[in-house]
Order: sequence, then structure tokens, then C-alpha cells
Amino acid sequence: MPNSIFEDKINKDLKIEPRDEMPDGYRSHLIRQMSQHAHSEIIGMQPEGNWITRAPSLRSKMILLAKVQDEAGHGLYLYSACETLGITREQMIEELQTGKAKYSSIFNYPTLTWADIGAIGWLVDGAAIVNQVSLQKTSYGPYSRAMIKICKEESFHQRQGYEIICTLAKGTDEQKQMAQDALNRWWWPSIMMFGPHDKDSNRSEKALNWKIKRESNDSLRQSFINKTVPQAELIGLKVPDEKLKWNEKTNHYDFGDIDWEEFWNVVNGKGLCNKERIEHHKKAHNEGEWVREAAVAYSEKKLNKKVA
Amino acid sequence: MNFSTDFEKYIARLADSNMIMGQRLSELCSKGPYLEQDIAISNIALDYLGQASMLYELLKKAGGDKHSVDDYVFYRNERNYYNLLLVEQDNGHFGKTMAKIFLYSTYQKILYSYLSKSTNDDIKAIALKSIKEVNYHFKHSRAWVLRLGDGTKESKIKIQESIDELWRFTGEIFESDDVENNLISENIITASNTFYPQWSKIVKETLQEALLTEPENVVMLTGGKKGLHTEKLGFMLAEMQYLPRTYPNAKW
Repeated sequence: MPNSIFEDKINKDLKIEPRDEMPDGYRSHLIRQMSQHAHSEIIGMQPEGNWITRAPSLRSKMILLAKVQDEAGHGLYLYSACETLGITREQMIEELQTGKAKYSSIFNYPTLTWADIGAIGWLVDGAAIVNQVSLQKTSYGPYSRAMIKICKEESFHQRQGYEIICTLAKGTDEQKQMAQDALNRWWWPSIMMFGPHDKDSNRSEKALNWKIKRESNDSLRQSFINKTVPQAELIGLKVPDEKLKWNEKTNHYDFGDIDWEEFWNVVNGKGLCNKERIEHHKKAHNEGEWVREAAVAYSEKKLNKKVA
Repeated sequence: MNFSTDFEKYIARLADSNMIMGQRLSELCSKGPYLEQDIAISNIALDYLGQASMLYELLKKAGGDKHSVDDYVFYRNERNYYNLLLVEQDNGHFGKTMAKIFLYSTYQKILYSYLSKSTNDDIKAIALKSIKEVNYHFKHSRAWVLRLGDGTKESKIKIQESIDELWRFTGEIFESDDVENNLISENIITASNTFYPQWSKIVKETLQEALLTEPENVVMLTGGKKGLHTEKLGFMLAEMQYLPRTYPNAKW
């Protein structure tokens, strides 16, 4: 589509809306990315939900439950935004359950201690925000608006997560160890969340041209690291990277090599919880089938009564 | 931790029922039949936890600030929890969960409408705030009782079985005892046994509309208000309380 309305809009930084013409590749890239984003919100409910019943104070229980509920809301919002591209929620759920669609690999790691709830908020939501802030400027209107709304809540979650970690880091020796251990386990998976290095990311260039993506994986990753390392130092925790060092020349932190083998293993289903996460989702979905059927049957009956 | 006054004992009952109700429902997060219902159930669970929190604050005040809210939640054992037996029962399937919310919120609607006229300003304020939430729980769960009752063959069987199963735990809701007497005479509360006719009327009408049968000749179980529970509660508390008890010197 040379010099099309679509290209014109992209060049002028105008938003593409559901009824606008768009290249098939643009549409399919968005469906892939947005549904993956929605699925991540939904699957992400599980590792955090794992601690709701065991939260150590009534206040923290309520905050965590509200947070996980927010994530469900984000998922719903993103599914709806994605539906504007001509795919249904049922199709997306099927693709999630059959493994055709992915979700963020970070949620295939287990939450072993309460400190993990802090680490997820602080690091995982922290990383997600860096990405999502950038996506507020994405070229697809419904996605952009979803990101603006979601970012507000995510930054709240990030602060809550950091608050949990701070409390632990200032607490008893056992709590400090718990906090450090969580950082040790979640640090690398968090920085892997930004995806492969730019040179290895084959889809990135197109997405950047279409302005779906606004910044590259490596640049987003770097800004997350720059932002997060001082937060760890402030509360006396050590980031588990021997090569991590502030670089005066580049004004960035230099950091060690990412273990991409681990990354791809988890992406390809070999993580600790891949199986559990999908099984859990399927189980809830299957057990809810009779409820969904009943709701449809009931509303049809009511409709028939009205017509009659 | 023992409660010395009837006021504290009564408030503890209300607080504990909401706490255990909220704790139970919070188990369902990420397990809803579809996303909108998942969100709704978490929402309802949060309301119950919020009500519990306000009531524990009141308990704390009544107890002269000797204990914190979390002391009440995390450092009492099975025999010192005074929640209704109904709320500690398993969530079961979606129908059972909705049946439980329906039976409980119908009672709470009536309870709070009386407590909103209490001579005690704290109770009055809590009741006025809570009643708005409970009206939503009632509407939501009632709508599901109707949908499931008049939905499919399977849903009708499931919701009927749930009502039948939970029915034996509804009797104790309406039991009044010595703890209530003084509080009634001071117009702080209304006797639990006066709630029954209203509750029964609403439930009966709903079951009829849902084409369901009201259970008959059911032997009622009792004990919750005196700290005598089913075996379910112990496991709930073990799970809920383990962290603060494992690290008694820690602050969270």
C-alpha cells in the first residue's frame, strides 16, 4: 500500500483506528502482541494469587487481592481492545490453551516466598511499566488507550511491590534473606522480559516501522536496569550480577551476559510452571463451562418470553 | 485472647464471619468460570475483608487498643474464632459459591439495615457503609441463583444441591443468646432471631422464582458463635496464619 492513508497516518503519528484500512501484517502483528499481552495479565494472576490466602497481614491480603483483580481487569480490557481487530476472546483463549499464543515467560517461575510477591511488583511490574509507557505512543488507537489506562494502575502496583521488599529488607535477618533471595531469583528473568537483543529480534524492525513498538528491546531493558539498580542499593540489596557497573561514559549501567538458553527453554515450555499455568487455566475454563451454558440458556429463555 | 465484654464478643462474631467469608472467596481468584465473574468474586471477597477490617478496628478500640487488627486475625485459634459455620464451608463449584453468598448476603442485608439504626455510632457507620456493598452481593448472587435455577438441566441440579447442602448451616444465623441480651436492651443491636421472617421470605421468593425447592425438615447445625466449628476452619487458619506465626518477631 504505497502512499496509502495508512502510511500517511503512520508518518504523521496519527492513530490507526479499528475501521481504518491496515496491512494484513500490521493487523496480525497487533493481534499477536496484544493477545500475548492480555494472556500475560491473566496467567500472571496465578503466581501472585498463590499468596493471597497466605498474605501476612489483613492489609497486605487486601492490597494483593485488589492487585490481582486489577490484572484481571487489564486482561479484560486488552482482550476487548484486541477484539477490535477481528478476533474473538474465545479464539484467543483457545490459542492460549493450545500453546499457539504465548504469554510472558516470567510467569512460568514459581512464587516460593512472600518476598516473591514484593519482587514481582517491584521488578516484573517495573519492567512491564517501562515497556508499557513506551507503548502508550503505539500507533494502534485502542492499544494506546489501553496502555494509558493500565500504566496508571501498574505504577501503583510497582510501588506496592517495592514497599513489600523495603519492609523485608529493613526487617529481621530472615526477612532480609527472603528479600535478597527473591531478588536473586527474579532479577535475570525480569531483564529477560524485554526479549532478545535487538540484533536477534526478527520481528522488531517491522514493528518499529509501523510504530507499534516505539523503542527497541535493548533500549527498554537498559532504562529498566538504570532505574532499578539504585532502588536495590537504597535498601541494601545486591543485584546478582558481578559485571554490573555504572559506566560514566555511556551514562548507563554495564551488565553481564543474559543466559538466553534459559530464556528459550522457558519460552518453549520447559520452565518450572509452564505446565501448571496452562493446566490451571484450562481447569477453571472447563469447570466453568456449565455456568456459561446456563447463563446463555437463561438469557435465551428470557428473550423468548419477551418475544412471546 | 479472650473477650471480656458482650460487645466485643458480638463484634468478633460479625468480624470473623466476614473475615472467613473473604478468605474463602479469595481462594477463587483466577478460577472463575469467565473473566468477568472472576473479577466480581474478587470484588465481593474484598468487600468482606474490608468489612472485617472495620469491625476488627472497632474491636481493637473496644479492647482498649491492647491488640492490633492483625493480632485478632492471625493469633487466635479455632476455638476462639466465632464465625458462622456457613462461611467456612468449601467454595465448591460456582453454584455453591453463589448459593453461599446469596444465603449470607440476604442475612447481612437485614442485619445491617437494623445496625444502621444502632445507638452506637461506630456500628451505625460501619453498617451504613457495608449495606451498600451487601446490596450488590445480594443482587449479584440472587441473579445467579435465578440463572442457574432456570438455566440448563445440569445447572438446576447443581444449584439445588448447593442450596440443600448449605441449608443446615443457616439455622444458627438466627440464634440469639446471652451475648446479645444486654446489647439489645441498650438498642445497640437487634436480636438475631428477629431476622428470620424477613430472611425466610426473601429466600423463599427467590427459590420459587428460580424454580427451586426449599429444603424441608433439615436438622440445623450450630456452634460457630461459640467457637465450635466444622473441621474446615482449622485448615483455613493454618494456611492463613502460618507466616506471622512462623516469624513472630517480624513486621510485615
